[in-house]
Amino acid sequence: MSWIAECLSRVTRPMRLRLRRTVTTLSLTTLSLTVLSPSVLAVEYNMPVGVTAVSREIHSLHMIIFWICVVIGIVVFGVMGYAMIKHRKSRGAVSASFHENTRIEILWTAIPLLILVVMAVPATATLKDMYDASESALDVKITGHQWRWQYEYLGEDVAFTSSLATPREQINNTAAKGEHYLLEVDNPLVLPINRKVRFLTTSADVIHSWWVPDFGVKKDAIPGFINEAWTRIETPGTYRGQCTELCGKDHGFMPVVVEALPEAEFDEWLIARKAEAEVALNDAGRDWSLEELMEKGEKTYATICASCHQPDGQGMPPAFPSLVGSAIVTQDMQAHIDIVINGKAGTPMAAFADVLSPVELAAVITYERNAWGNDTGELVQPAVIKEQLSQ
Amino acid sequence: MASEQPRKAVLQASESEGATAGGAHVGEGHGSAPRGMLRWLLTTNHKDIGTLYLIFSLSMLFIGGIMALVIRTELFQPGLQMVQPEFFNQMTTMHGLIMVFGAIMPAFTGLANWMIPLQIGAPDMALPRLNNFSFWLLPVAFLLLLSTLLMEGGGPNFGWTFYAPLSTTYAPPSTSFFIFSLHIAGISSILGAINIIATILNLRAPGMRLMDMPLFVWTWLITAFLLIAVMPVLAGAITMMLFDINLGTSYFNAAGGGDPVLFQHLFWFFGHPEVYIMILPAFGIVSAIVPTFSRKRLFGYASMVYATGSIAIMSFLVWAHHMFAVGLPLVAELFFMYTTMLIAVPTGVKVFNWIATMFRGSISFEPPMLFAIAFIVQFTIGGFSGLMLAIAPADFQYHDTYFVVAHFHYVLVPGALFAILAGAYYWLPKWTGFYPHEGLSKWHFWLSVIGVNLTFFPMHFSGLAGMPRRIPDYALQFADFNMLSSIGAFLFGISQLLFLVVIVKCARGGVRAPACAWEGAVDLEWSVPSPAPLHTFEIPPQTRDGQIIR
Repeated sequence: MSWIAECLSRVTRPMRLRLRRTVTTLSLTTLSLTVLSPSVLAVEYNMPVGVTAVSREIHSLHMIIFWICVVIGIVVFGVMGYAMIKHRKSRGAVSASFHENTRIEILWTAIPLLILVVMAVPATATLKDMYDASESALDVKITGHQWRWQYEYLGEDVAFTSSLATPREQINNTAAKGEHYLLEVDNPLVLPINRKVRFLTTSADVIHSWWVPDFGVKKDAIPGFINEAWTRIETPGTYRGQCTELCGKDHGFMPVVVEALPEAEFDEWLIARKAEAEVALNDAGRDWSLEELMEKGEKTYATICASCHQPDGQGMPPAFPSLVGSAIVTQDMQAHIDIVINGKAGTPMAAFADVLSPVELAAVITYERNAWGNDTGELVQPAVIKEQLSQ
Repeated sequence: MASEQPRKAVLQASESEGATAGGAHVGEGHGSAPRGMLRWLLTTNHKDIGTLYLIFSLSMLFIGGIMALVIRTELFQPGLQMVQPEFFNQMTTMHGLIMVFGAIMPAFTGLANWMIPLQIGAPDMALPRLNNFSFWLLPVAFLLLLSTLLMEGGGPNFGWTFYAPLSTTYAPPSTSFFIFSLHIAGISSILGAINIIATILNLRAPGMRLMDMPLFVWTWLITAFLLIAVMPVLAGAITMMLFDINLGTSYFNAAGGGDPVLFQHLFWFFGHPEVYIMILPAFGIVSAIVPTFSRKRLFGYASMVYATGSIAIMSFLVWAHHMFAVGLPLVAELFFMYTTMLIAVPTGVKVFNWIATMFRGSISFEPPMLFAIAFIVQFTIGGFSGLMLAIAPADFQYHDTYFVVAHFHYVLVPGALFAILAGAYYWLPKWTGFYPHEGLSKWHFWLSVIGVNLTFFPMHFSGLAGMPRRIPDYALQFADFNMLSSIGAFLFGISQLLFLVVIVKCARGGVRAPACAWEGAVDLEWSVPSPAPLHTFEIPPQTRDGQIIR
């Protein structure tokens, strides 16, 4: 840092024009701030070190290349600053006449080249490591939807969707914002620590990207493709990330939350989750009352449908039509069921057959047919939906 | 100001020409030329068309800037305050499209129109009518683009990179108009590029070899080839989109057997050279200004030319570094990481050469030099973050966060835009005959430097801390940095109004500039009077080593 001290002492020397002095000080302050600030600021202003071997490797690559840039910056801007102070016309500097030097040109081509080769070696090793998703203990399929994530524990019969849990009032500034504003979900992805977990990412509609900074994992979820990534978490805890590929209106509102549990706890959780799924399956067989369906439907509508069709059902035409008094919602029931289950090609209306359970589908359809003054009085039983889904 | 003293030897030979045309006003002595609106509509004069391009670009800068301020207002605090997400997405998309295709690219074309004929001793561009046509396509294209904001369903809302299928199957109905407007703007760019190549290769003054040309001419020659190479790729990609949307094809639709990733390959095969299209002419401008105000020849002229050439060639081999998280095979990932790291070398050479030019010069700090020096420092900062982004494993953490936003804005705003401003201050005396007001210019400079760094520097931190780009609302830990960025953005935006004042003042009067407005300036444009008369170099000057000998 001696150049800074040197330059500063030069600046403090009396100069002919006060303005010039101010200018130099300002530019030097900017310069030193530019160069020094990341190291003096707290960790949360920097890339997280994370909780996996890969995230640590990435962090150290990040810091190495950062410091390389800092050193180059000090040398380059140092020489430049020296010339700006020492070789100014107002100090009577007379320009030299040199204008080429092959040796120095070769030198400042070769040295950066060498630095880059040195940098490429560890980067290559880390990349190879990141690409080796073999021998995983658990496979999770991650499907991006507008605008939620769906998680499937492959071979375990456990699957659920994970949607933003932050209440709309907080987003619209009518309620105080919580600690995990926009980074909280209804059903977090639960994973074991110390086991290699393989992620298979894909999408049901547009391209999304699944990112958890603490794992050093980011992978695009692309319709028609299945991408691979992996992690081995070392510390139990809750880790938060977000979708990082612009995926439409609510791109900013589809967080990723992962809960990492010790192995034994995870195994218990998985068993409990399977049992829950069984109960839900039986539940779909019984007869539901209109009140029950309406109550469940309202919740499902709020997390799944409201972002497009709006909480009051008015939608946002032309992209998202109103459901209030619309033909599909108030007339032929079968058409209503079809569009919710299969979606509508060429529009943002997605197919919800794989996203929602028969109970949720029946509930949300019933809710839409009876809310906001639609009042058809009609309901559809989960069993009917279940039968249609199995066809 | 630099030019209290009459300038030295180099251009004395041109004094005679300066005397005959001295003080001539634009349009004077050409009674047959149309006046008023028609003059500008029908003009085939490179200076008029250059002016049109520059005015167009400046208006687009302000329109795109207002959109940026809408974005920054919404992001001032967490929560949704001013706009809804769907409009926010239209703003980010339009801001990007307008700044890239409407502000930066036409500004360079405008400078090329004005200065290339003057710098190579040509009477005009080689294809003057084509020149008129390529300019007037632009207002059409951008009126069409802006009108999509008023259409049902709103304007483009899928980002300026318009990845399919968000921009096809899931796009608003106005997308076909967006595609049409981009086609028109693309045609304009290609025609402009053809004209520039034809001019440089055919109309150089007798005795001027390629290696005698000023670097601005060189960088533009190379840029023009890049434009011709990649604009058709963009045109192809958007035509495929058009077919997917309207004719039921499935180029990018996975459900129909298509490939959404193909779109990204096509887009970035255009997009990465496009990045250099927006920076190479900036290198040329800075390479003119630094020697002038250091009163010393450009260091390593030949290596500057070769570096520009190698950057241009390599720009075709790095595109997939924008796609590291897409799931490319390991080999591809490694290839693009290595090539991307490699492209830093010729870029570094340029920076070193500028600094070597300043070293042991006789430096003065007029507004063009201030902007050029700020360009070098800030562009280098953008280069550093570019180098960090090149490290593929780390890119998984940086990708699509505000770190990337910080990176490309450093290259484009305190980079390309500052170079354009430097060029404007440098050549304004030649265009208007008056020096820009020095005090206001310096205020403009310092407010811009403070504003631009206050806007974009904190974005490095919000990005590293995990804030994704293109989101209308964010988690609470990003609040402080975003507030700083928003304050900086308003400071930067408002201080550009000063630039407008400087230009208007400068056009109307001020300190008169001689033919050679800057003490250390040596290129041919300084041999014609200030303001440059409507017609210059009607008799080709004889040159040797890039200087007029008679």
